[in-house]
Amino acid sequence: MRAIISVIGVDQRGIIAEVSTLLADEKVNILDINQTILNEYFTMTMLVDLEGLEIPLEDLKKELKEKGEKLGVSIKLQHEDIFRSMHRI
Amino acid sequence: MLNTYEIMETIRMLEEEKLDIRTVTMGISLSDCADGDGKKAREKIYNKIIKYAGDLVKTAEEIEVKYDIPIINKRISVTPISLVAAASDDPNYVEFAKTLDKAAKEVGVDFIGGFSALVHKGMTEADKKLIESIPEALAQTERVCSSVNIGTTRAGLNMDAVARMGKVVKKCAELTADNGGVAASKLVVFANAPEDNPFMAGAFHGVGEGECMINVGISGPGAVKAALTKVKGEPFDVVAETIKKTAFKITRMGQLVAKEASEKLGVTAGIVDLSLAPTPAVGDSVARILEEMGVEVAGAHGTTAALALLNDAVKKGGVMASSHVGGLSGAFIPVSEDAGMIEAVEKGALSLEKLEAMTAVCSVGLDMIAVPGKTTADTISAIIADEAAIGMVNHKTTAVRVIPVPGKDVGEEVVYGGLFGRAPIMKVSNFSSSEFIARGGRIPAPLQSLKN
Repeated sequence: MRAIISVIGVDQRGIIAEVSTLLADEKVNILDINQTILNEYFTMTMLVDLEGLEIPLEDLKKELKEKGEKLGVSIKLQHEDIFRSMHRI
Repeated sequence: MLNTYEIMETIRMLEEEKLDIRTVTMGISLSDCADGDGKKAREKIYNKIIKYAGDLVKTAEEIEVKYDIPIINKRISVTPISLVAAASDDPNYVEFAKTLDKAAKEVGVDFIGGFSALVHKGMTEADKKLIESIPEALAQTERVCSSVNIGTTRAGLNMDAVARMGKVVKKCAELTADNGGVAASKLVVFANAPEDNPFMAGAFHGVGEGECMINVGISGPGAVKAALTKVKGEPFDVVAETIKKTAFKITRMGQLVAKEASEKLGVTAGIVDLSLAPTPAVGDSVARILEEMGVEVAGAHGTTAALALLNDAVKKGGVMASSHVGGLSGAFIPVSEDAGMIEAVEKGALSLEKLEAMTAVCSVGLDMIAVPGKTTADTISAIIADEAAIGMVNHKTTAVRVIPVPGKDVGEEVVYGGLFGRAPIMKVSNFSSSEFIARGGRIPAPLQSLKN
């Protein structure tokens, strides 16, 4: 399954590095990555492939959430279909 | 890839604007559970509900994780019990309600609807038994919801049933006097009741439905309100377009969940209900949308027109987003469940009469309205008759869910908590409708029923 990971918060060094290391450790493949400053907030969206994921989805989401709390940003993971169904006909 | 703005818009709708799926409701046919022995019938009912709905809550929770969408309620609707219980010789049907309650608790759903009777033209002996059983059934169960359809555009209004229902509503409230008459909040009196409605308290699985179906009710008043704040002062054409676009996006999410839930459960996908369902939470109010359109407080002159536009634009936006639209599909205006409505009543801006006018242009009717405990059964029947007449003549669903709160009067309020919220007691007319209700019989179907 393909999912979107979104990271929103105050910009600081190492956010991308920390998140992508976590993903690599869990065998999640990053397909595309986008980073911008939106309304003064660091905003990163990643399209990832979860085929290789070996732990339950819920656990990965928990790990990401904890990582977000450590970095002071909000990290979410959602199946890409929710965005696709809302924004594409 | 999707662009960042689109992704952020969805996340904002979910996080800040309280967008959620209000309910995933599984409709289950119980028509094959009828039995001459009531006990055996109840066994069959229990087993069938467990068989079909055993995985409902787990499946809905998996969807919540996958998309990060809150699904607030998981519910079940069943074939109207008056039809299923009719074969049994039980003197009353309270035990059937208890069986539904037990099954609902076992599978972990929030509500189970269908302790219902369809009596728009006449009442069978079973219908009468069911109606008489409602107060006790609702007082003695937790999750069971009940509805009675007393009129349709095709059949007219069954005024004998209307007269009975006034008394039933009163009795429901009296039996649960210690809890603010809460049993009455689980009872809806309908005209033109839809057979695939996922929303409570009025959900039942109609006779034209399949064996088992998934119906989804969306929410999202907060998202509509937030979209409208960006077009402040613009003409109504822009307002309507903005609502349509937002409704489309919200409904697509409902459609996604409906499709996914039905596939995972191996059950037919039924309908998506387009209703904008508010909750008492701040930022999840239909009244605030109307106020965003420019009326100072919901209930001020202009409110009915604003609501008509909202209701229509939501449907226009939603209809293309879903393969099958059904249920109630309109803006809800329950008083106790909408922070803006509560405030409007407290400010004296919103009266029962204005709410009645508003129900002529939206779904669904006089909903979650607390009235003084001393209100007579005949007055409640007359309120039901007025509302049903609006439904009958306008070819639309209307419903009455009023709670004559024992021991309370205008100026006081009743607090239910959770999705049911709190309700200020509203004033009803002090003049009598008793002679009107005492006539009984049927109000004939209107001319517009003759469409063939």
